[in-house]
Order: sequence, then C-alpha cells, then structure tokens
Amino acid sequence: MRLAPSGEQNHFAAVLHEMLSEAPAHDGAGPDRRLWAALGDAGVTGLMIPERAGGLGAGADDLVIACEQLGRHAVAGPVAESVAAVPLLLGPDDERLAGLAAGQVIASLAAPPWLPYALDGDSADLILLVDGDAVRLGRAGAVHQSADPARRLADVECGALLGTGRPIRQALDLGVLACSAQLLGAGQALLDMSVGYARTRTQFGRPIGSFQAVRHRLADVAVALDFARPLLYAAAVAWTGPHLGAAAIRHLAADHAAAAVRDTAGHPGAAAVRDTAADLDAGRDVSAAKVACGQAALLAARTALQVHGAIGYTAEHRLGRHLTLVRALHLSWGTPDQHRARVLAAITGTGTAPDGRATAGDPAPQPVSRLGAASGADVAWPSRGCPESAGAGIARTDGKGSE
Amino acid sequence: MNLDLDPAAVAFRDLVRAFLRENVPSAPLPGVDTAAGDAAHREWERKLADAGLAAVSWPVEYGGRAAPPLHTLLFDEEYHAAGAPVRIGQNGLFLLAPTLLAHGTAEQCARVLPPMARGDEVWAQAWSEPSAGSDLAAIRSRAVRTGGGWVLSGLKTWSSRAVVADRAFGLFRSHSGEPRHQGLTYLMFDLRAPGVTVRPIRQLDGTAGFAEIFLDDVFVPDSDVIGTAGDGWRVAMSTAGHERGLSLRGPGRFTATAGRLLQLWQTTGPARPQRCIRCGDTAPDSGRTDAAGTQRCIRCGDTALRSGRSGAAGTQRCPGAAETTAGASRVVDAWIGARAYRMRAFASLDVPVAPSATKLFWSELDVALHETASDLLGPDAEIDPEWAAGYLFSLAGPIYAGTNEIQRDILAQRVLGLPR
Repeated sequence: MRLAPSGEQNHFAAVLHEMLSEAPAHDGAGPDRRLWAALGDAGVTGLMIPERAGGLGAGADDLVIACEQLGRHAVAGPVAESVAAVPLLLGPDDERLAGLAAGQVIASLAAPPWLPYALDGDSADLILLVDGDAVRLGRAGAVHQSADPARRLADVECGALLGTGRPIRQALDLGVLACSAQLLGAGQALLDMSVGYARTRTQFGRPIGSFQAVRHRLADVAVALDFARPLLYAAAVAWTGPHLGAAAIRHLAADHAAAAVRDTAGHPGAAAVRDTAADLDAGRDVSAAKVACGQAALLAARTALQVHGAIGYTAEHRLGRHLTLVRALHLSWGTPDQHRARVLAAITGTGTAPDGRATAGDPAPQPVSRLGAASGADVAWPSRGCPESAGAGIARTDGKGSE
Repeated sequence: MNLDLDPAAVAFRDLVRAFLRENVPSAPLPGVDTAAGDAAHREWERKLADAGLAAVSWPVEYGGRAAPPLHTLLFDEEYHAAGAPVRIGQNGLFLLAPTLLAHGTAEQCARVLPPMARGDEVWAQAWSEPSAGSDLAAIRSRAVRTGGGWVLSGLKTWSSRAVVADRAFGLFRSHSGEPRHQGLTYLMFDLRAPGVTVRPIRQLDGTAGFAEIFLDDVFVPDSDVIGTAGDGWRVAMSTAGHERGLSLRGPGRFTATAGRLLQLWQTTGPARPQRCIRCGDTAPDSGRTDAAGTQRCIRCGDTALRSGRSGAAGTQRCPGAAETTAGASRVVDAWIGARAYRMRAFASLDVPVAPSATKLFWSELDVALHETASDLLGPDAEIDPEWAAGYLFSLAGPIYAGTNEIQRDILAQRVLGLPR
C-alpha cells in the first residue's frame, strides 16, 4: 500500500515544476502552443495515450501528479479535456492520438451536464461532444469570454458521430480527476505565494505573517490542502481499480477497453476489493476529491487575496490568474453540488445506474437531444438538439467518416 | 499508488475483526468515572491484552506484537467499527507509552508497560495548571531534589481520568532561574502516594472526566524520571505529538461516526416529507423555496411547513429531493471529511502529517459531524442520549491537547515557516 507519490513521480513533478517555472509568460486566452509542445516533449500530453499510439500508457496517479503541477503554474488551456478525457473518448486506434500525445493537437470537449461548454473551443484543433452514450465531433459555435481572462468558453454544435459504447464514464471521471488535481495545485501555489508574501511584507514594524489573524488563516489553508490531497490520490487509485495500477491504461489500449475497465474500476462487486485498505468506488471517490480539492483551493484563493491586500488585486500580479482559474475550475467538470449528489447516492445506495453496474448516482450523460427542442441541425447549444441523424446531416469538421 | 493490503495485513485485520465480533459487549459499559464502569473497562482491557491486542504496535516483550503502523490503523478502524468500549487506559497507551519507548529506559518500559496493557495500571496526564494552559511552559509546580529522588509540590488541573487512574505523568519545574522551556523535568508518580489529593471536576457533560491533583511534598524516586532531569520540555513535546496526532485519535472513530450520521440521515433525513401545517399536504415536493429563501407549500402557499417524522408516507424517498437540501450537503461534506482523514492516515505511512494539522482536522471534523447530526434530529437532538453526549464531547476537542489556536500557531511557524 502506498498513497503517496513514488520517488519517480516526485522527480516527474519536480521536472515539470522547473520547466513551468522557466516558461515565458503567456498573455491572452487559450493554450500556449509552444508550452503545449513542451508538455508533449515532457510526456504530459501523452500520459493517457497507449504506447503504441505514441503515448506513455501511464496511470491515473501519474496524471494527477502532472496536473497538480499544471494547476500550480496555472497553465492555460483545456488540460483536463485534452490530456485526460479526450484520449479515452477517441479510443485506442484513433490516428489523432499521436498528435495529442506530442502536444501538437489540442482537444476540447463538451459533455453536459458537467461540461456544457468547450473550453477554448475556438482555438482547439479538435472538439468532442458527449451526446448520451455517443461520442461525436463538435464544432465551436458562439464564444463567451470567461471571468478568467485566460479562458474562452464555446458553445458546441453537433457534428459527426464518432462512435458509441466508448468508456464515457471513465473518461469523464478521469477529466474530473485532472481538474481536481489542477485545483489542488493552484491552491498550493496560492498558499505558497501567500506564505512568501507574509514573511516579507512588513506592517506595524513586523512581518504580517507574525500576526495571528494572518497566520491562522494560512494554517487553515495548509490543513485543507493537506487533507484534500490523499482524497485525490485515493480517487486515482479507485479509478484505476484494485491491483491494476498503470496496467489499466494498457488495458484501455485493447479493443474491448471499455468493458475491461468497467468490470474492474470501482465496481463494488470486484473480487479484489476485499484486499484493499479501504472500500473503493470510482465515481464516489472522484466526486469526493473534486469537492474537497475545490473547497481547499477556494479557501486558498480567498485567503491569498486577503493576505496580499491591494497588490493582489492588481492585474499584474500572478495571484489573480490563479484566483480566477480556481473559481472557474471549481464549477467546471461538475459543480460541487452535482458531485455531492453523486457521493450521497453512492453512500446511501440510492440512485439507479443506467447500466445497472456503474456507480450509483452517476449522472447519466445527457443526450443532447433532450436539452431542447430538436429543431434541426446547426443550432447552437443549449437551445438546439442533436437529431439522431446528425452524423449524416451535418458537415464534418475534419473530413473523417463516422463509425 | 495503491491501497492494496498484503496477506499479513489482511490476516491481521481478519483476526481483529473476529476477536471483536466474539468479544465486544453487546450493551454499553457503565461510564468510566463510576466504580462499576472502572472495573468493567479494566476487565475489557485485560481481555484485549490476553488476545495480544491491547497495544499492537509495542514490542513483543512489553505485551505488544510489534505490528507495523498500517496494522495499528487497521486495528483502530476495526475497533471503532465494532463499537468497542472506550479505552480507559488511553492516556497511558497512546501518550505515555510512545514517550517511554522513545525516551525511557528499558527498565522503565519493562516495569510500566505490561501492567498498563493489562488495565492493571491506568494513567492520567498531569500537565495543565491554573496559570499554565495554552502557555504550558508557565508551569509552577515544582520538583525539588532530595536524596535518591524528587519531591513534588503544586497543583495540576484538567487531568483526564485522574479520578479512576492509578498513576500519572507530568511536567515539573525542577531548576529555578533558567529560561522557561528549560529546567523542566518529566516525571511519573503514584496517585495514591502520601501527599496526593485528587478532586474530581464535574464537566459540562455531567461526568467527572477530569480532576485537579493537589501535590503536597510527594516523593518520586529517580527511576521515575523520563529522560534527563531538566530536559522535560523536549520529552513533553514528544508526548504532545502523539496526543495531537494519529496515536490518540485515529481515523476509525470518525469513520464510525460518519457511518452513524449516514444512518441517521437515511432514517430521518430524506424519508421525512415536509408536511404543511395548514393544508396537510405531504407530497414530497410540497415545499418550494421562494425568492426570499422561504419554503412555501405549493398547494396553499403557507410558509408553515414542518416535518412529519413518522407515518407510512415517511418511508417514501423522493428521488432528487435528497440532493437539494442543505442537510444533504452537510452529511456529504462530513462523510468526505471523515474519508479525507482516513486517507490522510494511510498516506501518513509514507508522508508524515504534522500533529498540529491532524489535531485541527479531527477536532473540527468531530464538531461538524455532531452538529450535523443534531441539526438532522431537530428538536429531538436534546433528548437523544448518544448524539447529545457525543456532541458535548466533540466540543472539547478543539480545546484539549493544546487549543486549536495554539495548533495553528505551531503549524504556521514549523510547517509554513512564518515568523513568530
């Protein structure tokens, strides 16, 4: 048993931290393509992609280690989408995986109700849309500027059908894990900059960090982050399933990946559960991690701003970037209440899973057609539906055929 | 990362589980502050010791089984899940014992630990004084050198279990004129020795959980000094680490409480439709929150909704209703908190956790668990003996073992590196 990073994972995190610390500042919205390519070189964008498709075939624990660092440095762009969820949704044989792994292709995703917009959909190379149990291509519609200057949210218009029967639940949970890790990393960065500031900023002839009104708030942030992190790691373990480790992802490379993972990851009836130190339930544990990481990061953000005072409120200060990112991610990939509802259903044994064996309380991925009147093809979210025939009726965005 | 248990850990957990299933008393024992409760709890400790389960982490020669830290966590979880009795020997087992194993002599360990494990000697902690609470280094009780030992005098207070305990361990000023944190000596003494008077203090919860200890020229031999005379502060901080950390309050207690809270929620929370006093409508969605945040009956618009606890209709769960109430969010957050504490404990096997952080987390969590339960019970909270007692006890958590304000200061200084 080990609910902590390995030496290798700590080294990976340190390398990423160093690389991201030295990256030049990126102004403007959307992902920095040079940085994204560097992340490709470092292996980050290929973590969840099978080795034979140019990735690393790494584990969910490796993913959260990396995404903590990306959050720590407030890396802009659709991180959880492109690095975590989309590789699984594309399936192991998709030829776009190599570009994703290299950091040359940046993908975004809409998956209502958790993810109603595609982050940076206007600049992404690929947009997927989860439509019920189908995965489709999507196209960016109207674009909305986020309260976070680095984020732009796009309505998604329905495109060609990519396929059905894909591991949608696992893919979305992996995205939630990545998002939670970003939140935790951003929260840690906010704490670190606040502690640094409180040590050096002097008022009344003393460093402000010597005042209990300041130090006690920072101590509470440290505790919140310290106790959220193991929940995140445990959720990565639960997502992976007992006794599988990184092998789970290699499993995904197999053609029947979805079934394999569904049979093992977090399924309460799995034979191996008896031999773990704690009961594991992928959906429940991922949701619990999202709630805890989000709360800890929010506390860190509020406290950081208060400790910095006016200087933290300036557009130049890097604190603001983390603060708006935390606020956005906290409500992205499922709101805290949506995740609490899933935890509640799991721990009270209520909620009927669509396929009878997914985590109780899983929100069934919502068919796009149920969100509004099926009023024809190219109507932007959320007021349009995605008719059954959409795959045939809508111009494809990338020239590839639907399955 | 993984949470896999090796076969030895699984075997140990099964052994503990089987023992508890066989032996945990079906009815709660009388309170530890009563004579009957004292005897019953010591009897229970003996039973644990006979099974080699009184102190699993200790070396075998002192009555333990040299179990690795993971096994200690597993034992703690099983113990609380089984609803086993409160450990009357906890101050000795979880505070003094690790201190002795780190700073004591082999002679002291061999003399003190076995009777401690068997419940033959129950220990109390004698630290705080009327003028030395959060500021522990302000203690004035004195240890004066005499032939072959020390003579203690002064007053200790808030000493848990002292009413029923046989012996106590405490901190005394032994060298005057030195800086506050120096010149202190850590000593063990007999609560039945001449010159010792124990006066029970009735607590907020009605029990005599703690007491004052009056010391009037009490002789203690040199063999009962732990560590070096004058080096008591350093030894005491070792004890404090155990008191604030996972040793005294493992995750099992809170996991069990969260489980009970969940049961409470399932029997009282979602299954309790709101009933309108005026029109009697019991439809599960009869309450609608208006713009001002007031719940209104959708049939008659009255705001006089109340909950109906019983009735066949009360067993109907309203799908979706649960996740919309504030109570549900609090139940989930409390469950997540208990789970976080449990996972942090597992993680601590590889990445140690600061005792101050642990203490802050469990004490605030315990209050939240009990406040949530109370709020679910509503007017019945005050007449529910178990939750009411648990609630009052939880309120002591942020105070004992060093107040949470002290813990935040320690954390800020030692973990975050903030200036004093």
